[in-house]
Amino acid sequence: MVENRPLLTLFSHLVLILGVLVVAFPIWITFVASSHDAVRMTQVPLPLLPGSHFFDNLWQALTEGVGNVKEVSVGTMLLNSLAMALMISIGKIAISLLSAYAIVYFRFPFRMGFFWMIFITLMLPVEVRILPTFKVVADLGMLNNYWGLSIPLIASATATFMFRQVFLTIPDELLEAARIDGAGPLRFFADILVPMSRTNIAALFVIMFIYGWNQYLWPLLITQDKDMYTIVMSIKQMTEASEESPEWHMIMMTTLLAMIPPVVVVVTMQKLFVKGLTETEK
Amino acid sequence: MAQVEIKGVEKVYPNGFKAIHGVDIDIAEGEFVVLVGPSGCGKSTLLRMVAGLERVTAGTIRIGERVVNDLEPAQRDIAMVFQNYALYPHMSVFNNMAYGLKIRGMSKAEIADRVQKAAEILELSSEQLTRRPNQLSGGQRQRVAMGRAIVREPSVFLFDEPLSNLDAKLRVQMRVEIKKLQERLGITSIYVTHDQVEAMTLGHRLMVLNEGNVEQLGTPIELYEKPASQFVAGFIGSPSMNFMDARIGAGGDTVELPGGVSLPLDGAGGREPGRAVVLGIRPEHLEATTGSDVASLRVDLVELLGADTLIHGHFGDDKADMTVRLQGTSTLRPGDLYPCAVDPAHLHLFDPDSGRRI
Repeated sequence: MVENRPLLTLFSHLVLILGVLVVAFPIWITFVASSHDAVRMTQVPLPLLPGSHFFDNLWQALTEGVGNVKEVSVGTMLLNSLAMALMISIGKIAISLLSAYAIVYFRFPFRMGFFWMIFITLMLPVEVRILPTFKVVADLGMLNNYWGLSIPLIASATATFMFRQVFLTIPDELLEAARIDGAGPLRFFADILVPMSRTNIAALFVIMFIYGWNQYLWPLLITQDKDMYTIVMSIKQMTEASEESPEWHMIMMTTLLAMIPPVVVVVTMQKLFVKGLTETEK
Repeated sequence: MAQVEIKGVEKVYPNGFKAIHGVDIDIAEGEFVVLVGPSGCGKSTLLRMVAGLERVTAGTIRIGERVVNDLEPAQRDIAMVFQNYALYPHMSVFNNMAYGLKIRGMSKAEIADRVQKAAEILELSSEQLTRRPNQLSGGQRQRVAMGRAIVREPSVFLFDEPLSNLDAKLRVQMRVEIKKLQERLGITSIYVTHDQVEAMTLGHRLMVLNEGNVEQLGTPIELYEKPASQFVAGFIGSPSMNFMDARIGAGGDTVELPGGVSLPLDGAGGREPGRAVVLGIRPEHLEATTGSDVASLRVDLVELLGADTLIHGHFGDDKADMTVRLQGTSTLRPGDLYPCAVDPAHLHLFDPDSGRRI
């Protein structure tokens, strides 16, 4: 809609500014809290302007750990979360690419049957099948390691479905041209299909990285070993201080650190992300 | 370079649809054969069987000395140009052309050499070689698709309606270029099109297909002068041939039109008097005359095309619409009478049931 009415412009700006404030204010508070020392955070009123302890707190968090999860530093948690999110997103993309490739380009018995079986797993997220999945993971000896953290979350019907749709838009002539050029199935996949799905892969990576990064319930369940704690689940643990009061300045610092990687991923891949979701022409 | 031999080839799809009912043709080395017919006639299927993209249900296809029925497309030593070009959108023009050669394991220097040569033949600049296909115009993409075929130096070129995505002007231009290119490289070519002008101008020989059957195989002039069936007669030539129901005259040497007009036939006998026939006359053969014993066409509509004039009309009471093509501009108006005669050599008679030439 193109309209030129000053009042309307003013109004829409006000709404937008309000929206930005609603989103940004808690983040600002997080940042402010993470820059004060423990003493200041126990006094009311709480500060609204940054203090001078930001880098001390940052260093302490990265190297020492916080509150009742003292044994493991936030740095390690960040690494754990990063490993988990990367394994989930890369694993999902790899498996969905291959399964979509099989479903779209190969004629094998019960092809549609397999497709629907994959599709039906949409109805079974981890939360629904958490006990049986835990049992399987425990029996396979994958508790307290990266495999256990990521593998149960890797199978993905959404991604398979998305790549199937992408592949269906690629004209058959390209496959035929590649066959005449002498490309076998794997070559066609690697040289033609994957590069052509580049933007979709990027879009999916962004979504899946954030999905993996934000996992809470699953890591909570299968990590007893504190060395395997991920950052998102640990924040909750940190607030559950039994005897002393929670170290809010450190918790806020951890929260701030937990927010950074998803933001970095979104910002760096924004262009490809938008292209991947909107581009239709092949 | 190689000859191609297609023997008794049939195609039946898994759903039972028979697309090709047995095709035989020997294509000589360096020959340009055009498969032509309306859409759905099986011409593309036949080409794709030669390419190895469709399985052959029965019969054999031989390229050079080898039977290729069970070979992969890449092993058949062919190159194909697709209707929508089928260029790899994520590769530069150079890589599009080089891809097949890379897979064959050719050295970098030789690939560069061949691509360069092909680019020169097709007048693609070195700057264009670095571009992506979507940065090129339709005609340029077409050239790249041909370049991809040329660099392979195949025994056989296969063209699947390569010009149908181009605008009319470019199509004529590319048609000439394909013709020149084929003559220059001397590579055996099979070309599929539904456009009869393309077919007539490009092919050394034409194969007219209709519903999976070969209607006629011959040089363009043979097809034009002696169409083997009513289908071929109607398909080849523009505007298409006029047909009317008629009857052989009592003497067996004339043909009687329903409107009472009688036209003399060629000397050859063997025509039973009174037999029902379909008479075909090409628009350009209804020539103006001043002599006696003429048929007069009542003009209904005049189309002025500049170089030619098309006249639509009918003979006497006969309702069949006839088209006449005259050179230059004409002063005839609707309602006028156009007295015309036809050289008996230009009358075509067809059996009304089988459609075959009599």
